[in-house]
Amino acid sequence: MNLLEKLDAAAAARKAMLPEGVGAFGIPIEEVYSATEARIGKRRVLLLGTNNYLGLTFAPECIQAAHKALDEEGTGTTGSRMANGSYYGHRALEREFADFYDCGSGIVFTTGYQANLGTISGLVGRGDTVLIDGDSHASIFDGCILSGAEIIRFKHNDMADMEKRLRRLGDRTETTLIIVEGIYSMLGDQAPLADIVELKNKYRCTLLLDEAHSLGVLGETGQGLVEKTGLQKEVDFITGTFSKSLCSIGGFCVSNHPQLDQLRYVSHPYIFTASPSPATIASTRAALQLLREGSHLRRQLWKNCTQLYNRLAEIGYQVGPEPGPVIAAILDNPKQALQIWQRLLEKNIYVNLILPPAAPDGKSLVRCSVNAAHTTEQMTYVGDSFANLYHEILQS
Amino acid sequence: MTNNNYNEIIELLCDRLDSLADSEVNITAETNLISELSIDSVKLLNLIMEIEDAFDISIPINALADVQTVHELASLISKIKSAS
Repeated sequence: MNLLEKLDAAAAARKAMLPEGVGAFGIPIEEVYSATEARIGKRRVLLLGTNNYLGLTFAPECIQAAHKALDEEGTGTTGSRMANGSYYGHRALEREFADFYDCGSGIVFTTGYQANLGTISGLVGRGDTVLIDGDSHASIFDGCILSGAEIIRFKHNDMADMEKRLRRLGDRTETTLIIVEGIYSMLGDQAPLADIVELKNKYRCTLLLDEAHSLGVLGETGQGLVEKTGLQKEVDFITGTFSKSLCSIGGFCVSNHPQLDQLRYVSHPYIFTASPSPATIASTRAALQLLREGSHLRRQLWKNCTQLYNRLAEIGYQVGPEPGPVIAAILDNPKQALQIWQRLLEKNIYVNLILPPAAPDGKSLVRCSVNAAHTTEQMTYVGDSFANLYHEILQS
Repeated sequence: MTNNNYNEIIELLCDRLDSLADSEVNITAETNLISELSIDSVKLLNLIMEIEDAFDISIPINALADVQTVHELASLISKIKSAS
């Protein structure tokens, strides 16, 4: 099979999964009206498949800050952080993230994907080991591959399994980086951080926590799982993204280890890419301020999360282990998942469809992402729609 | 590598792969895991976890990059088991 035939095989596999004309992946959004509504084709749809957890995509403070930076600093930096791409705003945002987490230092990356890629590949290398959760995001997995370290997986959130694998590593645990996530993006469940910290200390490993989905969502000031659990000082490195609660694009890493700064000189995903545009940095700085002060947004978000999670469970859907901003209806049959996804779109609700092997354990997911800007009425409409489809598709 | 060790691993692999494979293939040491059995990456990684537990070893995911056949997977497991 030549190079192009391999792509043909991938296309055939995708076609076998999705009937002709069903654009479940990469659906075009023609117009965006607000944090909760947009136009897809001719439909005005309710957005329930974005990661806009605090609903800040149209926050006037962020838009004004971005406009000002665009006017004053231009459209892009046209260079890497290592060369001409470190403006005042980039350095200020790094200080603000370090301050937010009460850490010694912080680094800003161009995307959240690169934050994991750059941090992991900068920290570990050949001869080291990474111990990762079985449901880790692709950015974690790819960062591990890039690093050249030996990659060992443990069963998702299974602490007995994790300890078993640590024990097998013997004295190599001292050069082992454990990587977990605050909230996992498939089922919306949280890592058992207190247990992980206990094992990390017992086996003298280093711990990296990715707060991509938990930043802005967990903890009084929105730091994430570290704040909710009070374990800020036990986690060695925290990474995260700007593309969810902060509503822009970019990523960060913070740490109390002074060696973090050396990543600027060894991490290719940091060095060999253009730095974020001034407007992106400016809107992120404004959003971070709103996030820190956003207890009221978190309260509304969690009200919405709990309402929808409980409703789906009451209807009879299999859902993830706990409520969160990511709420997935878990289905055994991909055809039924596709049917539900299509019928929801016909009811003007956009959610995410996730099919095997992307979803865990061969299941299919109809995944909702809830945000603070959704109204109680919108959540009720979504719940009613899921209830109708349960009877129409799963009980027919 | 002892033959007993290798044969035991081959037997276990063929048994587990038989229940995982979508296609009806007579699984032997020369069977290609991806092109003949259509085992997706997630199923393969879960199988690796099972094998790790069965033999109380750690199999780095990176090492799987060179594995295509049942024989190559069995050889890798046997090599790690012998070294542990």
